[in-house]
Amino acid sequence: MSAIPHPDAAALQAKLPPGPAWWKRNENWVLGTVSVLVFLALWEASAAYKWVNPLFTSSPTRIVLTGTEMFADGSIYEHIAVSGYEFVFGYGLALVIGVPLGILMGWYGRVNAVLEPFVSALYATPRIALLPLILIWLGIGVASKVAIVFLGAVFPILVNTITGVRTVEADFIKVARSFGANDWQLFLTVALPSSVPMLLAGLRLGLGHALVGIVVGEMYGATQGLGYLIANAGARFQTDKVMVGIILIASAGVAMTELLRRIERRFERWRPNFRG
Amino acid sequence: MTASQQAKLDARQVSLTRYNDRTKQYLEVLRDIDLQVFEGELVTIVGPSGCGKTTFLNAVDGLIKLTAGRILVDNCQVSGPGPDRAFVFQNDCLFPWRTVLRNVAYGLEIQGKLPQREMTARAREIVELVGLQGFAEHYPHELSGGMRQRVNIARALVMEPKLLLLDEPFAALDAQTREFMQVELLKILARARTTALFITHQINEAVILSHRVAVFSARPARIKEIIKIDLPPVRALALKHEPKFVEIERHIWRLIEEEAVRPDMAAAA
Repeated sequence: MSAIPHPDAAALQAKLPPGPAWWKRNENWVLGTVSVLVFLALWEASAAYKWVNPLFTSSPTRIVLTGTEMFADGSIYEHIAVSGYEFVFGYGLALVIGVPLGILMGWYGRVNAVLEPFVSALYATPRIALLPLILIWLGIGVASKVAIVFLGAVFPILVNTITGVRTVEADFIKVARSFGANDWQLFLTVALPSSVPMLLAGLRLGLGHALVGIVVGEMYGATQGLGYLIANAGARFQTDKVMVGIILIASAGVAMTELLRRIERRFERWRPNFRG
Repeated sequence: MTASQQAKLDARQVSLTRYNDRTKQYLEVLRDIDLQVFEGELVTIVGPSGCGKTTFLNAVDGLIKLTAGRILVDNCQVSGPGPDRAFVFQNDCLFPWRTVLRNVAYGLEIQGKLPQREMTARAREIVELVGLQGFAEHYPHELSGGMRQRVNIARALVMEPKLLLLDEPFAALDAQTREFMQVELLKILARARTTALFITHQINEAVILSHRVAVFSARPARIKEIIKIDLPPVRALALKHEPKFVEIERHIWRLIEEEAVRPDMAAAA
């Protein structure tokens, strides 16, 4: 519902003292920025005044300098490309397999009965523990990393999709049946839309697991990638390089989480707590 | 409000026994129910709570199978849900992810006989008929309880059912809204020219709405009495204070009271 503006809204606004209103609107944003700036300043100072050995903590300026250098000489691009490739294929595969399989398992009791033991067992296993096996099977190249990313992401997606499809409200089913809906219509018009929120939450969970998979996979056995970069630089006490790698992965994670959140909002306009 | 004598609903000797999976017991819910609803008529079922009113309504909708007897709608035997009947649920059960308009169009979509544009046009017509013009694009959570029930009724009316089945549609509304919705429902049904079977716990609601009231006995439910409501055809809320209205109300109350205090009720509950 759109609010009808008061005819004198502008005039009323002008009469208000500007200070408090501006502060109220921007308080969270300003406080957040200030706290980050203070943190960066303290970090920089701790290195500059040798409160702590910068060999251990690096410092914001060193990180920026090292980062610029790595981008300038092009050495970082191959790492980004490899990790990106692993993510796109691993996570993409998890999506393409996890969602349809989850729908099948949620909808058909028999499919669920057959696959449920495997899903439960694998979901409970820390997927990282499978890494040595996967390396034996697929080698230390990109394929093993795609596999570990896939395994990390597919289970949260699968389990959430199953739960979403399974927990359709009985009342909605009754309504659909009363209007003569067949199984397929019941699925399309009731089960699917009502499981979208759970499904999207699963995608967000899977994203986190996928990133962990990339880093750990590349640390364990790899010759390229951001995880390898971090592990390798760490072994040589190149703290600045380690930090650059961490920041790159963290930013990618934040960006993709935000993207998913936007998609969620797009799908959840009907929710009571929706804030456009 | 003259009801012609063609029976829209003809329930003959309807009996229903249910098996409870958990308690491993059979429960006789309905016994030999005979009930006719004629074209243009609104018949209400009242009875002690838990007596099987909703079960009967579900059976008429075809959601539950009978143990014995037959239910005919327009002389066709009911074997499952069909487009000749539409159900208005107690909790409005609107799909929260659909707008008002798309909730109302739901039954037509499932039926899939009309092109999209016609479905929308018809749904829009019914949305206006129930007095929700201007709210077609709203989501259910943006509506009040009374408005949501209007959508619930519209969703059933859009199917142009021969028989409208209403299961305590106003039970969740506050007392004031409920009274307004009673009068509103009569107007809507008159405009839509629909025959209706209505369930309620509230006796005065039954009396103000109905041409006839069927009183169910305690479980197993039989028809204890069918009361013709001899009140002016155009009903207003003020009618509830007329001596005649109060008299009918008291009569029905006495019938239900006799049932509610039957000793076997305690055991059955």
